[in-house]
Amino acid sequence: MSAEKEPLFSSKNIKLLTEPLNDSNPITVQVLGICSALAVTVKVKPAFVMAISVMVVMAVSNVVISLLRKTVPPRIRIIVQLVVIAAMVILVDQVLKAFLFDISKQLSVFVGLIITNCIIMGRLEAFALSNKPWQSFLDGIGNAAGYGVILIIVAFFRELLGSGTVWGYKVIPESVYDFGYENNGLMILPPMALIVVGVIIWVQRAKNKKLVESN
Amino acid sequence: MENLVNIFVKSVFIDNMIFAYFLGMCSYLAVSKTVKTSTGLGIAVIFVLGFTVPVAYLIENYLLKEGALTWLSESFADVDLSFLSFIIFIALIASMVQLVEMVIEKFSPALYSSLGIFLPLIAVNCAILGGSLFMQERAYSNIAEATAFGLGSGVGWFLAIVGIAAIREKIRYSNVPDPLKGLGITFIITGLMGIAFMGFMGIKL
Repeated sequence: MSAEKEPLFSSKNIKLLTEPLNDSNPITVQVLGICSALAVTVKVKPAFVMAISVMVVMAVSNVVISLLRKTVPPRIRIIVQLVVIAAMVILVDQVLKAFLFDISKQLSVFVGLIITNCIIMGRLEAFALSNKPWQSFLDGIGNAAGYGVILIIVAFFRELLGSGTVWGYKVIPESVYDFGYENNGLMILPPMALIVVGVIIWVQRAKNKKLVESN
Repeated sequence: MENLVNIFVKSVFIDNMIFAYFLGMCSYLAVSKTVKTSTGLGIAVIFVLGFTVPVAYLIENYLLKEGALTWLSESFADVDLSFLSFIIFIALIASMVQLVEMVIEKFSPALYSSLGIFLPLIAVNCAILGGSLFMQERAYSNIAEATAFGLGSGVGWFLAIVGIAAIREKIRYSNVPDPLKGLGITFIITGLMGIAFMGFMGIKL
């Protein structure tokens, strides 16, 4: 254990924020958090709200569990984690219902499903249980940001090609429609989200050779 | 009876947990490398969903929803405890998984040893919590319907994971481009399977 305090934003700490954006992206590399990533990405706005909700839950749960890590007996740690996460999600859900009611209706059960979002449990087990609160906080923000980035990219393509809008604003001009262009209805349907993520993985691994799986 | 079969078939094919709602994706992708492990996990999911959804139905109707507590006392008619749903359902699932584990161990040790570690992993499978939350959202009228829904969702999940495992075993011998190998191609194939399953929409039973 080093005697001097590590600066708040040392390069090691910054890595916690930047690595999950690409090299260890929770969705495309760690294969966590897929369920909600696919279901709420029909339009950019709900995807953005979901990403922020996950970020809040992750950051707070990571800090709480990291603070408790020396006092929780190993046998009940999963229950403690679930209780902390569930409490945060209930809070976030009530806030969404109060201030952003239409979006909370669009997200429906998926806000509740943040509890079983494997990223949160996964990072709690892998990181927060054995690291200090500030690092855990950064790790939570970083992984949630990586998750959010993929969510927004998928939502962007699905909304643009599926409804011709971005964040609710019409982007494709009328003249293109008159020309014969039609909104791609398939993009709004769930299976396309899977294919879009598959393509994102393809692009990411083509650029980043060390992520390629060997058979 | 006809209504029950209706709900069952609907949750297996049309409202398939994986292809329509993407629940249980993480374990679906991680465990589907071989058919053997997938069958094990699929059966475990059927068990757990088949038990938790009916019990969640009872909890929802006699404890959580608005006016549910009237059997205790008339004055509780406007008590709405549904904000506690998440925490209560998760506690229910964790304990159900523990219970199912004990029951399987007692009555079929062979099945228990072949399932191995997958049983405890089900507690964090979003398909299970999703099942209870959907049951709550759709407000089924009796416990038989809730059970049909639970079993149907489990069977649908089972079909999906065994299907993708079989396909993944076969494409190991195909010419998949390197960056797509493994995870990438699985996503795309699952998407295609989803489109195929959509063909079931609009079937009137």
